[in-house]
Amino acid sequence: MESIVADTGATGGRPGGGRRHATLLRAVPAVVVLVLLAAAPFVLAPFATTVLGRILVFALFAVSLDLLVGVTGLPSLGHAAYFGVGAYTAGIVAIDVTSEGVVLVLVAALAGAVAAAATGWLAVRSSGVFFLMLTLAVGEIVFQLTTTLDSVTGGSNGLYGIPAVRVGGTALTLAGYVYWFVLAVFVLGFAALWLVSRSPVGGVLRGIRDNEPRMRSLGYSPFRYKYVAFVIAGALAGVAGGLFALQVRLVTPSEAGFTTGALALLAVILGGAGSLWGPVLGAAVVVLVRDALGPTLEGHGPLVLGIVFVLAVYLLPRGFAGLAGISAAVQRRRAATRRTP
Amino acid sequence: MIEWFDSNLVSILNGFAIGSLLFILAVGLSIVFGMMDVLNLAHGALFLVGAYLAWSLLSDGATWGGFLAALGIAALVGLLAGGVLSVMTEPLARRPILDQALLTLGVSLVVAEVLSIVYGNDALSVGAPPGLAESVSFLGRSYPAYRLALIGVGLVLAVVVYVVVERTSVGALVRASVADREMVSAMGIDNRKVKVAVLGIGSMLATVAGVLGAPVYGARPGLDDTILILALVVVVIGGLGSVKGAFIGALVIGQVESLGRAVLPDVASFILFGTLALVLVLRPRGLFGPRKLAGT
Repeated sequence: MESIVADTGATGGRPGGGRRHATLLRAVPAVVVLVLLAAAPFVLAPFATTVLGRILVFALFAVSLDLLVGVTGLPSLGHAAYFGVGAYTAGIVAIDVTSEGVVLVLVAALAGAVAAAATGWLAVRSSGVFFLMLTLAVGEIVFQLTTTLDSVTGGSNGLYGIPAVRVGGTALTLAGYVYWFVLAVFVLGFAALWLVSRSPVGGVLRGIRDNEPRMRSLGYSPFRYKYVAFVIAGALAGVAGGLFALQVRLVTPSEAGFTTGALALLAVILGGAGSLWGPVLGAAVVVLVRDALGPTLEGHGPLVLGIVFVLAVYLLPRGFAGLAGISAAVQRRRAATRRTP
Repeated sequence: MIEWFDSNLVSILNGFAIGSLLFILAVGLSIVFGMMDVLNLAHGALFLVGAYLAWSLLSDGATWGGFLAALGIAALVGLLAGGVLSVMTEPLARRPILDQALLTLGVSLVVAEVLSIVYGNDALSVGAPPGLAESVSFLGRSYPAYRLALIGVGLVLAVVVYVVVERTSVGALVRASVADREMVSAMGIDNRKVKVAVLGIGSMLATVAGVLGAPVYGARPGLDDTILILALVVVVIGGLGSVKGAFIGALVIGQVESLGRAVLPDVASFILFGTLALVLVLRPRGLFGPRKLAGT
């Protein structure tokens, strides 16, 4: 077991005294990015801040999908179902009960987890293409429910009139404050997924991805681990959906639809499945093309995304993370040749 | 019982019409995956191409000439599209199955977007060819003649496909490829040529189904996803690579979609998923799926 974790761990530092130092060094880019993200509202125009917030929401959704696709090896096309469930739950609670931000996020997480627990029980029994088809079917059913349950979801008009999110009783009306709330939840959600991925459970999940029969023969129950991963991914997709609802304040059925799930998968593939930070970049590209570039293309952003998708499959088999991996490997090789002339 | 049957006759017939259409779609999807391990997620988009083709040729008034021309052009377009897909997936043949599925997903996004640029976002309706546009009396109920014809076409096609697959040498090749593709290739049959042919025919069935389905479903954005998902459910229920499975699965899902929605409108979506869940719990490889699935 130890060997599997060590082999697949991308951040496994060099053994010996340099390890702690290397880990600290690795944390530097993350801290820099975090500071930049936190400072963004001071620098950017309100619209750009809102787009950045949307990127963070979609990024959290993509990273939760990456736990399934990249870490566990379960390609899901219906992950938008849990995003949609979280968004609708948060929206309905905000309208009818309270728009307290922390409550909304927790309720959305719970809703996503419950939905994932109910459907994942069946889905994780299958694997590969069967899993793809089953999740597709689940996604479509949730999508149809959102359009047919008019009295609850507002049907195809969507759920509108969601009040501004409150923190500690104060309504956040400025885009910058909403953005900081989204950023805070994003950081917590990302950290949770990172911890799961780095934990022994994450190691077992990678083992299942790489060689399920061997993990079974080692005494692990693949079903149980895959189910746990599925529920965690569903909960965090629900959180992302809740953030979406409180940021955009309008939830339509397309949030739970096939295209949303497909675009999240594109973000994961583009960024590099299994790397967690890669899908964040992938999500940025997807949202920028759809929301920022979309209006200039008369709403045909998906055309560009489709082409990007096709190209990414050919050219970036491991996504942006793969590119970073290549440069790291080149550096290592150079260092090795220098040492042994 | 007879009373119930009588009052739901129209829904049951609709179910057969939908089932017939789904069979034409699903059999292509199923054989392509069963033989070549290519999950063609662009299948729904190809259906939509057929539907818009039908609209282009029939919107000025439905004629038999236009309808047959639409069928012919759709068949040609489908064959070509299959060839292109086959060439496109070839460099990915050594990569995991998922990569090919993702490639076809990207292709389907592009195709659907191009269609919406060309034809707009409104739902378009297509008339049935003359002689089939009226309703006829069937078992004491009036029913659109076109849908009866569609059921007939589906049945004929099912028999043709069954005979070809079970009784001809081409069919033997198909069955052998489903069972063990590497062995077929070791016997000296060029895998790539088989792939071009299979994907071509599978895609042709999708575009032809689009034309045949146009008078029922019309053509609109989003129809591709709906149809793709129904076809995938049929394939999963029936078992990958099985013609018999695609037929039974299409009949079941046709009735779930039509009779289920008519009798229990609120829970129809759950029935669809419930059917899928039940089959997968009892028979994880589908009703008529292979015992051992290569490559998973």
